[in-house]
Amino acid sequence: MSKESREAKKNKTKIKPGRLARREAIAGLLFVTPWIIGALIFLVYTMGTSFYYSLNNIRITPLGKNFNFIGVGNYTQIMVADADFLPQLVEYITSTVLSVPIIVVFALIIAMLLNGKIKFKGFFRLIFFLPVIVVSGPVMGMLSAQGAASISTIDTQAISNAISEFLPGGMATAISELFSNMITILWYSGVQILIFLSALQKIDSSMYEAAQMDGGSGWECFWKITLPTIKPMILLNVVYSIVFISGNEQNSIITLIQNAMFSGTKEKGYGYASAMAWLYSLVVVLIVAIFAVLLMARKDIYERQVKKAKREMKKEARLVKKIERRGIRNAKKIEKARKKRKYSTYDGSGDY
Amino acid sequence: MGSKEKEGFLKQFVVYALLICIGFIYLYPILYMLSSSLMTLDDLLDSSINWIPSSLNFANYGQAAASMEFWKTLGLSIVIAGVPTILNVISCSIVGYGLARFEFPGKKVILGIIIFSFILPSQITMIPTYVLYSNIKILGTIWAFVLPALLAQGINAPIFILIFFQFFKQVPKVLIEAAQIDGAGYFKSFVRISLPSAAPAILTVFLFSFVWYWNESYLTQMYVSGVMQETGWTSLVVQLQKFSTNYSEYAQTAASGAVTLNESISMAGTMLSILPVLLMYFVLQRYFVESIDRVGITGE
Repeated sequence: MSKESREAKKNKTKIKPGRLARREAIAGLLFVTPWIIGALIFLVYTMGTSFYYSLNNIRITPLGKNFNFIGVGNYTQIMVADADFLPQLVEYITSTVLSVPIIVVFALIIAMLLNGKIKFKGFFRLIFFLPVIVVSGPVMGMLSAQGAASISTIDTQAISNAISEFLPGGMATAISELFSNMITILWYSGVQILIFLSALQKIDSSMYEAAQMDGGSGWECFWKITLPTIKPMILLNVVYSIVFISGNEQNSIITLIQNAMFSGTKEKGYGYASAMAWLYSLVVVLIVAIFAVLLMARKDIYERQVKKAKREMKKEARLVKKIERRGIRNAKKIEKARKKRKYSTYDGSGDY
Repeated sequence: MGSKEKEGFLKQFVVYALLICIGFIYLYPILYMLSSSLMTLDDLLDSSINWIPSSLNFANYGQAAASMEFWKTLGLSIVIAGVPTILNVISCSIVGYGLARFEFPGKKVILGIIIFSFILPSQITMIPTYVLYSNIKILGTIWAFVLPALLAQGINAPIFILIFFQFFKQVPKVLIEAAQIDGAGYFKSFVRISLPSAAPAILTVFLFSFVWYWNESYLTQMYVSGVMQETGWTSLVVQLQKFSTNYSEYAQTAASGAVTLNESISMAGTMLSILPVLLMYFVLQRYFVESIDRVGITGE
């Protein structure tokens, strides 16, 4: 791979783009232009402005907005004086970090169940995908207000009591909350199931056959074939789950930001809400980044062995080259030495 | 042989049992909603009635529909979800095609920014966008959703761009080149050759975009239907959000027959707000559940 790409790079730098290539590049840029304009307005401009807002205290007067530059004042205000934001942010972080792995693992289990030879497969897929259609902030709010988001027959209190014996207080409440909102969590895994299912269906069955021939058990097949193959999908699903949870209206922080935005009090308002939004976004991006790093860092055994073999091959090739070079050098040396003692020794030509 | 078959049977049994259990948990809230929305007040209070109401009481639906102004709101919801969806399909397909078909400098950066903008919460750009809309006087109108959708920046647009990107990469380049040799320009070959072959991707994007716009209450309330004062634009989900206040207003003004808000009426309201998409799902279910297979987002 490295050799090919290096050659491709060489070719790229050597050959100047021709007229056709240039025309194609311009056409491509034209196609993407709507997005570029949109990104400039709705991403670059708004993010810049929002950052500027977050450094100001903004008051709305009948004449317009009144800016008052206060530096990081909004941020310190949120950190020190806001009674709601920090606790809710911590709650958001713990619930996300706990529920995302559950959602993804659960989606994988269902996808694997559905991937076998199952009758009524279409019917089950229909059920498991249903929540994607109906899940929205107000609907979930209504359901959990009526107690339909948790199953009354499962005694969640007993579970939470059992958990709190083993774990410190904060963790225990977080986990027991998880249990009482189990349906909510399950409902968030519709798209993920479909993504896993479609990835599982694309795994070549001959790989499993080959593994079984070599005596691999189902358990081993799962860890050595299934998991490495669908690894990119795991990352995709993790990112999707986090983004979904953080944009969902069940998440109280975004309501908090909205309330701060329209609050009439002296210190709150657009600037304060912007600062909140920046802190919140930072946390979301960080969570995504941590999950991504964790999932991408661990290479599987196969890859490691391939790398090792490649390294050894390189070493060997270097050794061969070294020997070859040394051979040439030595041959030259001998030649030289021979030439020097041209008339003194036999050079194999036959005459003295 | 016999024992092996038995083992297979046991395994099958466990798989089915698991699937049915999980399926029930999935359906539980909807079944609950359906059953309690049909109960009368007496049924609600009667502890011996858990699931099956003593008589089907459709009056709850009538009350809920009247307080939500169901038909008018339904029409507005379809516009709010439908118009940006159509524009989303158009703009995202164009951008996705441009990224998939052509090579140009900065392409990788653009793809990176698209993925990043998907991760970024919308709250960070929300306030300046709100100010921008109010400055150009489109706040509280459908244009607040149309404008970003036109510029491929609508709700979840990054996903749709990537779906089209992935799809158009699989269309053989030879086909397009043949069209160009026959004299079609870049745009014509896109409209005539690539777009018709992208029907699965278009359908997927259309369905998902519609459902996501339909279920979006936060941004709809923010930009279109108004947080502080009502603008006339509203959607069923937004109405559901304000259900209890709306209902008490309605109960005050309505003539005799309006009862005070109870669980059955709230559940009937919830049912009404999801009914249209639910119907759409049952009619088009095949396209929904097969969509992710078809567009090949999981890669080849």
